[in-house]
Amino acid sequence: MNIMTEAAAEAALEKKMNTVPLKMVGKDVSVYYGEKRALFDVNLDVRENTVTALIGPSGCGKSTFLRTLNRMNDTIGGCRITGTITLDGEDIYDPSIDVVELRARVGMVFQKPNPFPKSIYENVAYGPRIHGLARNKADLDVLVEQSLQRAGLWNEVKDRLHESGTGLSGGQQQRLCIARAVAVSPEVILMDEPCSALDPIATAKVEELIYELRSNFTIVIVTHSMQQAARVSQRTAMFHLGNLVEENDTDKMFTNPDDQRTQDYIMGRFG
Amino acid sequence: MSTKLLLAILLAITAVAFALGRMRALSLSGGKLSTLHSRPNYYGAYVALVSFLPPLLLVAVWLTVSPFNVNSAVRDSFPDSVKAQSSAQQSLAFGMVSTLAQGLPMLSEDELASIKQDPARLQPVFAGKGLAIAAEAQPYMLDSAATLNAMRQRSQLALVTVAIALAIAGAFVGLRTVAPQLRARNKVERVILGSLVVASSIAILTTVGIVASMLSESLRFFSVVPASEFFFGTVWDPRFAGAGASSAGQFGLIPLLAGTLYIGLVAMLVAVPVGLFAAIHMAEYATPRMRAIAKPLLEVLAGIPTIVYGFFALVTVGPFLRDISASLNGLATGNYTSFIQAQSVLTAGIVMGIMLIPYVSSLSDDIITAVPRALRDGSLGLGATRSETIKRVILPAALPGIVGALLMTASRAIGETMIVVLAAGVAARMQLNPFEPMTTVTVKIVNQLTGDLEFTSPQTLVAFALGITLFCITLALNIYALYIVRKYREQYE
Repeated sequence: MNIMTEAAAEAALEKKMNTVPLKMVGKDVSVYYGEKRALFDVNLDVRENTVTALIGPSGCGKSTFLRTLNRMNDTIGGCRITGTITLDGEDIYDPSIDVVELRARVGMVFQKPNPFPKSIYENVAYGPRIHGLARNKADLDVLVEQSLQRAGLWNEVKDRLHESGTGLSGGQQQRLCIARAVAVSPEVILMDEPCSALDPIATAKVEELIYELRSNFTIVIVTHSMQQAARVSQRTAMFHLGNLVEENDTDKMFTNPDDQRTQDYIMGRFG
Repeated sequence: MSTKLLLAILLAITAVAFALGRMRALSLSGGKLSTLHSRPNYYGAYVALVSFLPPLLLVAVWLTVSPFNVNSAVRDSFPDSVKAQSSAQQSLAFGMVSTLAQGLPMLSEDELASIKQDPARLQPVFAGKGLAIAAEAQPYMLDSAATLNAMRQRSQLALVTVAIALAIAGAFVGLRTVAPQLRARNKVERVILGSLVVASSIAILTTVGIVASMLSESLRFFSVVPASEFFFGTVWDPRFAGAGASSAGQFGLIPLLAGTLYIGLVAMLVAVPVGLFAAIHMAEYATPRMRAIAKPLLEVLAGIPTIVYGFFALVTVGPFLRDISASLNGLATGNYTSFIQAQSVLTAGIVMGIMLIPYVSSLSDDIITAVPRALRDGSLGLGATRSETIKRVILPAALPGIVGALLMTASRAIGETMIVVLAAGVAARMQLNPFEPMTTVTVKIVNQLTGDLEFTSPQTLVAFALGITLFCITLALNIYALYIVRKYREQYE
């Protein structure tokens, strides 16, 4: 009886999750760096307003997959991609797609905080200025404040907006980078191990922020920390040696994974 | 025995000392290297240093001091009549004595005897040996020359004996002190550190020496010509050096400085945009293959001697500008006279600018590529295009370095001589027309110091005043460059 209810609950949950529209769809995605193949026919969907965590041991291809989603791999010489990735049904590798416009829709936050050597204000205003999102100075001020507030940084920096962004602490810098990404109003935000260079307190703040951002943005996050994946994500995908091993609801993944390798990795038996 | 041979012997002793020290360390270790404080080679090096450094120091000191001693002894042996003469004449006499001393060992017994009988034969005999004797030699000079030779030989012999003895003694002392606990590695490394310090202080001391020598000559110049006339004079007309003190001429720096800055400015106007754009292309857009080909080619430009650029200006760029200006003038007014002279500020500036392109591009390229990839990624990740990324992120981040590079390039432009001589002429004129000749400080320095001259007239001494002015300008530029680089680095990193 008990088992029945559980199965029913699971089915209900799956039904609920399945009704969430797909934001990005990767089909048979393979990536080559020169002769070396880094990804093998990965099929992975990203659901709207959901946090999707990509986990797996180092060198498993999770960051590579993340960077295919906004074509950041294009900036690496000798990188070749096959398969299709769509954003709202549009192939992002189609020659007619403007990669600049794509990156405005699919923003990115990097592993190491990389604020520009400009003031805090200028860091956040950078994207809106480039894309002409603010009509005048007042508009821009509002946009900068909103973005900093969304990134939970406003109260800490509102009195020193015109000081250098590189003078902030590591955690603040990373939240500044998130604010910078948010300011462009992307639909998807990609995060490549955003907390790996931060201490536990700063990490907690960024995680909280990610959790909140979910209501407005679709988020894909690469992480090495199982706990982080469990805390912030709803869907989790496990990579190993360039293959997608398993993709599942986070709750299920961490309690009852389908694949033995996932189980082993989560239990800390390898990786 | 010559100093070279002595050094060779010392080196041989050192080599033996090294081998012995190493062997002794090995035998002391009894096959277990771990009982030694340092590796056996360090013990060898330690013994070698102990045997080599003291005699080396001795040789250096001896070779500096002994000529003074010998010379003053020989001068003391001059007859009183000579000693009563002025010091300049004494120096002259001593010069003859040392030439004679050089020639004496080459003479045969007969020749020597014949000279002693008849001092007049001295000149032809020495001329036959390839040594020119200026004036009639006095008989006492032959004796003095003989004394000089004897003293030199004695000094050399003493040096060789003492040095070799010191080397061998050093080797023995070194060998005796070799013990497993001896910290040979630390001692050897301290010597290496010392030699590094010596090397770096040589560069600094040389700079100080150059400045000091220029300064003393400049002060002599300013004792003849008032500094205000030099720094604020607007006419450059130094006259000829031989014309006598009464017609000292005018030494106005301003026309030369104006020419220097004007030509430098034109050169920078050519070099900065072209070099900077080339650097941006190389660093950001060029494919690795293109970069591998184009970058070395661009840097070949930096290896061309500036005199070759001078030819280029003289036979190609200058006439080309003159002819094209004639055609332009003809098209506009029907009058086919050229308004650009073949030798002009413009010609020199353009050619110098071409010379400076590789400096600007190579330095800037290094600086641009040093901007962290994370900043590029951050900007591209926000949907910025490549050129927006370069304009708004990379160049601002690289700016302090680029400004520093440009100022360094500017000091090169200011110091350039050969291109200006051939492309802009040597006429010191004060005017603003870039199509007419002007000249620079360096050209005038060369002008004032070529030919037969004595270093007492203001006509030649002015070169040192010009030199030190130029030195101060480039020094100020470099210091300013450093200041800018520091200031912005603090703000950006």
